[in-house]
Amino acid sequence: MAVEAAAMAERGGEVPDLSLWRRTIDLLQRARDSDIWYSFKRSPITIVAAAVTAVIILSALFASWVAPHNPFDLATIDLMNASIPPAWMADGDTRFLLGTDDQGRGILSTIIFGARISLGVGFASVVFALIVGVGLGLISGYVGGTVDAVIMRIADIQLSFPAILLALLVDGVARGLLPRETHDELAIYVLVFSIGISGWVQYARTVRGSTLVEKNKEYVQAARVIGRPAILIILRHVLPNVMGPVMVIATIHLALAIITEATLSFLGVGVSPTEPSLGTLINVGQDYLFSGEWWIALFPGAVLAILVLAVNLLGDWLRDALNPKLR
Amino acid sequence: MAMSASSSDQALLSVRNLRIEFPTRHGTLVAVDDISFDILPGEILGVVGESGAGKSLTGAAIIGLLEPPGRIARGEIFLEGRRIDKLPYEQLRRIRGRQIGAIFQDPLTSLNPLYSINRQLVETIQTHLPLNDREARARALALLDEVGIPSAAERIDHYPHQFSGGMRQRVVIALALCAEPRLIIADEPTTALDVSIQAQIISLLKGLCHEHGTAVMLVTHDMGVIAEAADRVAVMYSGRIAEIGPVQEVIRTAKHPYTHGLMGSIPLIGHHVDKLTQIDGAMPRLQEIPAGCPFNPRCEQATDRCRVERPNLQTAQKSQVACHLFDETGRTGVEARAGE
Amino acid sequence: MNDPSDKGAAPLLSVAGLVRHFDVSAPFLNRVLERLERSYVKAVDGISFDIGRGETFSLVGESGCGKSTVARLIVGLYQPTAGSIQYEGVEIGPREAAAERKRMQPHMQMIFQDPYASLNPRWRVAEIVAEPIHARRLLQGKREVLARVGELLTQVGLSPADGERYPHEFSGGQRQRISIARALAGEPEFLVCDEPTSALDVSVQAQILNLMQDLQQRLGLTYLFISHDLAVVYHVSTKVGVMYLGRLVEWAETRTLFEHPLHPYTRMLLDAIPDLEMSGRQRIPVAGEVPSPINPPSGCAFHPRCPHAENRCRVEAPMARVYNGVHVACHAVADGRIS
Repeated sequence: MAVEAAAMAERGGEVPDLSLWRRTIDLLQRARDSDIWYSFKRSPITIVAAAVTAVIILSALFASWVAPHNPFDLATIDLMNASIPPAWMADGDTRFLLGTDDQGRGILSTIIFGARISLGVGFASVVFALIVGVGLGLISGYVGGTVDAVIMRIADIQLSFPAILLALLVDGVARGLLPRETHDELAIYVLVFSIGISGWVQYARTVRGSTLVEKNKEYVQAARVIGRPAILIILRHVLPNVMGPVMVIATIHLALAIITEATLSFLGVGVSPTEPSLGTLINVGQDYLFSGEWWIALFPGAVLAILVLAVNLLGDWLRDALNPKLR
Repeated sequence: MAMSASSSDQALLSVRNLRIEFPTRHGTLVAVDDISFDILPGEILGVVGESGAGKSLTGAAIIGLLEPPGRIARGEIFLEGRRIDKLPYEQLRRIRGRQIGAIFQDPLTSLNPLYSINRQLVETIQTHLPLNDREARARALALLDEVGIPSAAERIDHYPHQFSGGMRQRVVIALALCAEPRLIIADEPTTALDVSIQAQIISLLKGLCHEHGTAVMLVTHDMGVIAEAADRVAVMYSGRIAEIGPVQEVIRTAKHPYTHGLMGSIPLIGHHVDKLTQIDGAMPRLQEIPAGCPFNPRCEQATDRCRVERPNLQTAQKSQVACHLFDETGRTGVEARAGE
Repeated sequence: MNDPSDKGAAPLLSVAGLVRHFDVSAPFLNRVLERLERSYVKAVDGISFDIGRGETFSLVGESGCGKSTVARLIVGLYQPTAGSIQYEGVEIGPREAAAERKRMQPHMQMIFQDPYASLNPRWRVAEIVAEPIHARRLLQGKREVLARVGELLTQVGLSPADGERYPHEFSGGQRQRISIARALAGEPEFLVCDEPTSALDVSVQAQILNLMQDLQQRLGLTYLFISHDLAVVYHVSTKVGVMYLGRLVEWAETRTLFEHPLHPYTRMLLDAIPDLEMSGRQRIPVAGEVPSPINPPSGCAFHPRCPHAENRCRVEAPMARVYNGVHVACHAVADGRIS
């Protein structure tokens, strides 16, 4: 038997090649032939939404290269340039396409850097909520019994607090506990935690539901008969099969997280004003709304709205594409 | 053309050159390819085949319940000489139920769980027959009695979940019989049931149809059910009829190599064999149906001709077989088989 | 229970008084408020049988009779409520015997009914088949494992290159072959097959049954075969047990059971099979249906449908007795009213 096996390995081609490279190619091929790509190609709105999202994400990622100025580099800021209106207006300056704020920072640049903070906080809190939610959901669904009951009751209780209130609460506690400088340093993590913690319930519930279904399927029972430990069954068998709906929730949650971050920053409990996010920019800008410098608040607001709308549209499309029954 | 007109005169149902297609983004799939058959009044025609052979689709096409994107691409369906495949929805709906009844595999999904049995029966009866509530209820009761529901008078006001699987299928049969249709399409009516219940339902269906003179198209994958109930049987393979004929003849002296293999692959109690006959391979997927005879890659007697030329149904004894072995030139096939 | 036909050889698997109840009570709050009692489904209610090495023992019965539960109890997917399961004389049934179960578990594998649900859709066939090899650390090294997987796939009539593909690319019969390859990968001696062909078309069923028979001869496997199809059971098994509402009503050598059935339920089942030979045999369809296992009839559970039922059958559950190697639980047989 061993000789045969070795002979077979020698012949090489007969044996399936499971290398990473092969898998990547295969994955790309499957993606190209998949129903998801097909439905994507047939939905113009989705293509536009994806393009808008991609542009915003890419410019946020490469902010240092894309943005005309670095608004946080004090050397490039000149107070003489304060409160210039957008370039196409009478007093506009071509160096500042969307005008400048009261300190002479270009609005376009602050938006690009602000979007980086907004998206960063959004993604981080989604990932945080996803890990916590999916983990607890898997445990709840697979183990069942008392563990399930306890996790789900905590979820119920948590749901009775509005997300914003919870975030305010977390932030308040953090402010109370941490010294001022530490808090400013950690503000972004506090923000991620407080937005994330209010979002895990949805993941947990969905994953628990799918886990209950998957756990009774015969392939999971087969793995149990084979003698695999529960943790491996959960991670390698159940997890990949419950991730479809999670991706939909995550996309829609991203839009929600960005909004929540903006709201918190607008209320002044978000990131520190020295590194403003879109919400902070709107907050700052609203003071100037009535003194005529409308562009300071309007453009960040518009970008925020467009970003959230685009991400939401992507989420809607993903839900339809993954769940053909809804169409 | 003249032939089809004459045969549809005496036949209750006449299907001519039916072709069902599924347009997909990978091209058009042909699920049923040019099949023709008749059902005589009062006759039970069994349609047997593996999953994907197109037997259920044929039934669905006849009652006009093909699910889009499936569509009848060619061919004609006549009911009592009247063409019904191109009828507008409203007219077809009236025929369905009034002239063609339907029984499906899962009795649970054929009944509305929110309505009592009485309400469902009365509604169906009144849709098709001019009866008032009291008369309709009386008819419903009579029907339940007829399909063998014990103490029907008490149970008529019960809801579907209060019935067992076998009893539910009896109710579904009663529903199908409401308007005294001339034809019933029964799609796997016993598949979801246990053997002992299966036997009850088959004998009930058979008895009722003989009494009322109702013809049945009995779609199933179970040769045993066919042997029990059908007068004639059509064996389908890859969307085509491989063999059609009197049930005794097809079962005892199967002619098409596929039918022959199929019969050998069924284990029989009392006949101990060391190994079942096995047809290697599997029925091709719709997108991979080979040229010529669709069975040729699995057929031990396939010749070059089978790989290029599609066989048409040939008369052999009382049956018709779509196999080149039974062509005018290859009559020997019959004798060869008959001599076995 | 001294069976004269026992040849003294120790059975590979021996099940005695096996019981499994499922709690189907309403939730606690509803029970308190609506004064409901706890209710249980007696899915398996005291079952005993032995399987000898190299045999194929089949359990037949209608849906809900508990045959699949027995299979799952034996492979350890469920814990028995009571009773013993001995594998090679080692007790592996009760919760306390977890260590013994763990030791014996690798000897058994299971093949499931639904070829579409029994393979993880996200895994490649090679990974699926290799899972038992990894779990038992039978081979080290990627190449060795892959070579063995190729060998296993060849053994079940697929090609080694199929390992690269995903389950959805295969037909039902091919998937069942993959399932069998996975079961064999763990090098078991005992295979529990839960309706392995009931989701397949007849021609494919014949292929799978032939394959399983082949493998049994070549690898010396022992099968526990669960099925509702009597003809299939007749074809594959050496011994057959007939189950009704959680109990084994009759078990015997296949020939004996089919040629001379004793229990009225066995007779009824045999009579219900459609007659493919068209002998024109007049069948008497049996009245009634299987009652709910939550509230089974008193005494012998079959008595409401039994033509031989007497008062005694309504009150007293019959114990299994042995007549010429046939185990039957029936008062009418015991009283000599049926022979």
